[in-house]
Amino acid sequence: MDVIMEALPALGDAWALILQPVVLGYLVLGVVMGLCIGVFPGLGGIAGLSLLLPFMFGMDPILGLALMVGMVAVVPTSDTFASVLMGIPGSSASQATVLDGFPMAKRGQAARALSAAFASSLFGGLVGAAFLTVFILIARPIVLEFRTPELLMITIFGLSMVGILAGRVAIKGIVAAGLGMLIGTIGEGASSGDLRMSSYDYPYLTDGLKLVIVGLGIFAIPEIISLLRQDRAIAKEQPLGGGWLDGVKDWFANIWLSVRCSIIGVVVGVIPGLGGSVVDWIAYGHAIQTTKDTSKFGSGEVRGVIGPESSNNAKEGGGLVPTLLFGIPGSGSMAIFIGAIALLGSGQIEVGPAMLQNNLDITYSIVWLLALANVVGTLICIASSGGIAKLTSIRFALLAPFLLMIISFAAFQSGQNLMDLVALFAIGFLGILMRRFDWSRPAFLIGFVLSNPAETYANQALQIAQSRFRKGFDEGLDYIFSPIVIVLLIVTVVSVVLGLRQAKKIMAEGAVPSGRKRAPLIFLLVVTAYIVLAYVNAAAIPDFSRDRVFPMFVAGVCIVGCVILIVQMMLKPEGHTIFADRESSGEDAEATFGLWPTLAWFAGLLILTSLLGFILALAVFLFFFLKIRAGTSTSFAAIYTGAGILFMCTMAWLLNRDFPPGLLQGYVDLPWPLT
Amino acid sequence: MSIFQATRRVAYSFVAAAAATFATQAQAGGHGIDLTGKTVEWIIPFSETGGSAKWANFYAPLLSEALPGQPTVVVKFMPGAGSTKGANFFQNEKYEDSEGTLIFGSSGSTQFPFLLGDPRVKYNYGDWNVVLASGTGGVAYLPPELAAKMDGMNAAPLQGEDFIYGNQGATRLDLVPTLAWEMLGLNVESVMGIKGRGDGRLMFERGEANIDYQTSSSFLSGVTPLVEAGTAVPMMTWGALDDAGNIVRDPTFPDIPTFKEVCEATDGCETSGEAWDAWKAFFIAGFPAQKMVFLPNGASADAIATYTAAFEAVKARADFAEISGKRLGKYPQMTGEAAQNALESGTNVSPEAKAFVVNWLQEKYGVSLN
Repeated sequence: MDVIMEALPALGDAWALILQPVVLGYLVLGVVMGLCIGVFPGLGGIAGLSLLLPFMFGMDPILGLALMVGMVAVVPTSDTFASVLMGIPGSSASQATVLDGFPMAKRGQAARALSAAFASSLFGGLVGAAFLTVFILIARPIVLEFRTPELLMITIFGLSMVGILAGRVAIKGIVAAGLGMLIGTIGEGASSGDLRMSSYDYPYLTDGLKLVIVGLGIFAIPEIISLLRQDRAIAKEQPLGGGWLDGVKDWFANIWLSVRCSIIGVVVGVIPGLGGSVVDWIAYGHAIQTTKDTSKFGSGEVRGVIGPESSNNAKEGGGLVPTLLFGIPGSGSMAIFIGAIALLGSGQIEVGPAMLQNNLDITYSIVWLLALANVVGTLICIASSGGIAKLTSIRFALLAPFLLMIISFAAFQSGQNLMDLVALFAIGFLGILMRRFDWSRPAFLIGFVLSNPAETYANQALQIAQSRFRKGFDEGLDYIFSPIVIVLLIVTVVSVVLGLRQAKKIMAEGAVPSGRKRAPLIFLLVVTAYIVLAYVNAAAIPDFSRDRVFPMFVAGVCIVGCVILIVQMMLKPEGHTIFADRESSGEDAEATFGLWPTLAWFAGLLILTSLLGFILALAVFLFFFLKIRAGTSTSFAAIYTGAGILFMCTMAWLLNRDFPPGLLQGYVDLPWPLT
Repeated sequence: MSIFQATRRVAYSFVAAAAATFATQAQAGGHGIDLTGKTVEWIIPFSETGGSAKWANFYAPLLSEALPGQPTVVVKFMPGAGSTKGANFFQNEKYEDSEGTLIFGSSGSTQFPFLLGDPRVKYNYGDWNVVLASGTGGVAYLPPELAAKMDGMNAAPLQGEDFIYGNQGATRLDLVPTLAWEMLGLNVESVMGIKGRGDGRLMFERGEANIDYQTSSSFLSGVTPLVEAGTAVPMMTWGALDDAGNIVRDPTFPDIPTFKEVCEATDGCETSGEAWDAWKAFFIAGFPAQKMVFLPNGASADAIATYTAAFEAVKARADFAEISGKRLGKYPQMTGEAAQNALESGTNVSPEAKAFVVNWLQEKYGVSLN
């Protein structure tokens, strides 16, 4: 009872915090942005949150949270539009919705499918929020007991989840996570400030790479480039048809399915790292298993829509559990969320146990915001479904330059350095190749995010344990093997075993065709070369420094993995899953445009920026991209360019930010925003 | 009318109402004489999340009101290389290029690499013009069972204990407490990789660390509740400087002895000699002159006078004690000659003191500064 009595005032405070008009305004703004992001195929919560990051600096915490939670909560609602109307998953969380939603739309029941989906989404979202409320109440006293060994253990637990994300070749996933961790160690070590893979001659890397850049580069850029290459003239507008009420009735008739799938969503969401890409498939499978007549699945069975849509909204509530309680990201988008919270206000909020202790009201306001965002999102989706459906018919070539513009601006804000853009491009290129060869990008990002906690906690726990052992053997053992640590250890081992068994069935990023040996092997060799370099570099740090141990350990494990992969590649025949390559067949191979010309446009923006400064470069880029690549008229391109520049300048002016200068600015004094 | 249409209408009105309540930020602006219509950029060489950001965000709007012409004062964050990046940038700025619209806020973390001769430092405090210096203090504390072992102010009974301390970095501000404990003969092991002093306090609260220190404001907000609950006992303060440059009791904590008093009462600890001189030099650089505001190299006397007057006007506000006490703690805020003295004592250490600390860091942590 004490637990609840202590938390009740915070629950009330949280209500008071969010029931301010300004907060609700930001929530609605976030919801609207989330709707737009979700509607465009391929862009999900990760891309959306990454775009919000530059605006989070110093923002009032509750306003920033309203914006972010609004966006995260609504993406799984709005991505239904693309799935149902276009037959393309709006984000990874609604791949399964396509199977029955799209056939329904083809039969003229789009409205029915959508309303069933919205009803399920709303219900799932509320179940997720309710679960989070209860879970925080129960878990809070336990979490507050966490010391360094427990924190280390929960970090390792989070890392172990990459086994599930690893995809069809588990070792590739482990190496991907290891590579993410190694990238995360770049810069000054936390312990004695020794440099890893960087030099004071090139100061940029000494501070390490920022999460904004890695998140945008690994997730957003590959998707944008891929969609741009396909240049879909996106499906003809589907008539929505009638039957909105029928959809809601469908949902109500299947309410128990919705309840069960919501619970599945919450549970899957709680497991760190699993996130959105699999939950809809599990729910879809469950819907099939629990239906007597399975013949209609795949050709427009409404239960095939209700199941996945209930689960994918519920998982956001579940995903917030590890995120808020331990600071371990529940999914890729939660990894960005953690980074963003640290930027809010004067940075006094840090997710994890400290947040439950000091900011319980903020913690609960996140829960309430989540519930509210689901309601608001559903209302807006229904109210403006006609207009949103039209959004899906926008050509991606018109959208892409705008997205590239915002992404570049966002990346630059992290370090106010032209090198930010170079790093974004480099990481983006890595992301493109990882996507192409089916290396798990979520595993990479989770490795990157957990790299610093893993290293710091490991070093600290070791040092404190050594001191305890000096006092007495028992005291040392008590410190390391507390009951919580032992429980976590068991959970980790079980989850790794189960995860590896399940991993082969879970295709987090859809099926990837396999092809010839050469390209995947070359990529693997380049990755191996970097890892070896990182190992040698860390080994050069003097012995007494703790900063060498962690990168050497991670690189060592990765090298073993790489060697196994190389041997496997030599032995296995062409066409084996280990040679997954999106360029061999399928969407990417048949794309209208090649990878290199598409990438060259982005590289062009970068080079022009280094010469002319960002705004001038952007003007040139936008105009010529629209004129040549998108084939629009000169006047349209000019108006688009003008609007884009105006938008960018307004943003920068509101936020009081500068743009990257180029060589030109070194010779000529130009007025803002050209500086 | 179908039910769906009704739902849609309700939803529409909800959206409209929500949009209407969305408040926009008002833009600040004003009129005056000198800096009218100008924008003053205040560079902070740290990220948005640190203590320097708090300090600058507190002063920025007040400074804006106090400066002639009430210019907009914006805080620009330029983090990197532990503030060295921003300071190097400021070193290259000429006064003629900005004419009073560019100021810089430094911190103890900017001073220490400068004092220790870090190879990345390309800046020189001697070139800059100080207009404000904000001080602070620090308090060390212990768990009650260890504090009970102290014999009054004599720390000698603690010399056999194993201490664990969460340390932000050997060359950071933390070298003041660690050197002090070393001088008392305490065996303190530093656990590195703490991201802020708040993390250090949490380690103490969890029982993993058994010695810690906090700056005055963090001690008041974070440790005082522990002291009241009986889980922490203050050990000593670093003290404060009187006008003659002597270390005296911290006015915020008049009942807690200073390190100087504890050192005098402890066998083997000397309040003279090279160790003491080095400690005192770095204490002054890190605490009583911790945060300073500068105009760039070559600033005109008019500009210096204008800013000095503006900060004096801020200090003279009737509500200053109240608002600053809440956000900064009761620290001395020095202008004019006092700021100049703080700068000089904070950025000059004798070659002997520097050599002592450099050598000590090398021996204790293997940190090489050459």
